[in-house]
Amino acid sequence: MTSFTTFPPAAGARIISFGGYQPANVVTNDDLAARVDTSDEWIRSRVGIVSRRYAGPDETVADMAVVAGGKALASSGLSPADIDLVIVATCSAEVAIPNTSAMVASRLGIVAPAAYDLNAACAGFCYALASASDSVRAGTARYVLVIGAEKMTAWIDPDDRSTCIIFADGAGAAVVGPVADGEPPGIGPVVWGSAGDMADKIAIPNRRSYMYQQGQAVFRWATTTLHPIAAQACERAGVAVSDLSAFVPHQANLRIIEAIARRLGVPRELLADDIVHSGNTSSASVPLTLAHMAERGDLKSGSPVLLLGFGAGMCYAAQVITVP
Amino acid sequence: MTDLEILEGLGEIVEEIAGVPADEVTPNKSFVDDLDIDSLSMVEIAVAAQDKFGVEIPDNQLKDLTTVQDVVNFVAKNAGDSA
Repeated sequence: MTSFTTFPPAAGARIISFGGYQPANVVTNDDLAARVDTSDEWIRSRVGIVSRRYAGPDETVADMAVVAGGKALASSGLSPADIDLVIVATCSAEVAIPNTSAMVASRLGIVAPAAYDLNAACAGFCYALASASDSVRAGTARYVLVIGAEKMTAWIDPDDRSTCIIFADGAGAAVVGPVADGEPPGIGPVVWGSAGDMADKIAIPNRRSYMYQQGQAVFRWATTTLHPIAAQACERAGVAVSDLSAFVPHQANLRIIEAIARRLGVPRELLADDIVHSGNTSSASVPLTLAHMAERGDLKSGSPVLLLGFGAGMCYAAQVITVP
Repeated sequence: MTDLEILEGLGEIVEEIAGVPADEVTPNKSFVDDLDIDSLSMVEIAVAAQDKFGVEIPDNQLKDLTTVQDVVNFVAKNAGDSA
């Protein structure tokens, strides 16, 4: 029988740095109300969004991923040569071939890394972070650049007021690496899953159609099934909900995340609400929010933060991370 | 469960979720037009009603339940089935 030599594993993985990027074009509720039948008051009360950013017509998912990824790489203190795996979570790339991650890696000067795109819709970043952590722990990669990048507006009907008020564009990134010997892991065990029987609730039916969602069904699913998932992620990490320094869920809709936080027992002031000025950027929302919090000094180094991604396919993933 | 008990329970739910005083939740009131409750709050009310009365109100039924009395009738009619 053949015997293989495996990679030397790492005791655990941690996040080293964050980076974020938003396009320059700020779109207010009044801008949208000029085109569709809606109002600033209606949008604020239904989804909690005041403004969001739209990418320019020629700005691509890869362009945004490169800026966010470059910032995370710069603040990590590592060089491009140190990165041996690049994962881009996206569900809105302009092209399916080639994959976004290989192009992004090349533009960042990362030579010949393993590179793959990951589509778990709005849960994408948390899925990618779990995969990056596992790769580091297994030893198949030492340093991983994980990016969530989306140009949702490319798939949104500008005349559909149920979606155009919510979705937006942007990118966020994190560098993941091994913990030092004797240090505890900085990325906790993931709790993840999906509910494909509800896959028709949020969909882009074909490559020439717009995205639609059944708002009430998504709202009911998100507000009734996700808080136990989030609680389980805390339990598996050995962290009490009351010890969290922040809760950073996917920025889906302010009312959804406020309901999840309430049911989980997380005080409102610890709930990240980046959606107010960023909109819903799908898989970019969690890392973009973290990057914004890091820039503002709102993340306490060494403290536990709960992440929760969820969305189409009714995919979900939650894990506790330690702030770098 | 009598209709009055359901009405009282529903009043408590609406007060908790939408901040509308329970005594304003009277049978002829329309959720949208009189109580200013939107579609997402209706989902929250349906979920809370399921917890309280043990009666599931599916999304496709929700749009037909426009008044307080409609919900009371729906709960009363279906309470026996799931109890």
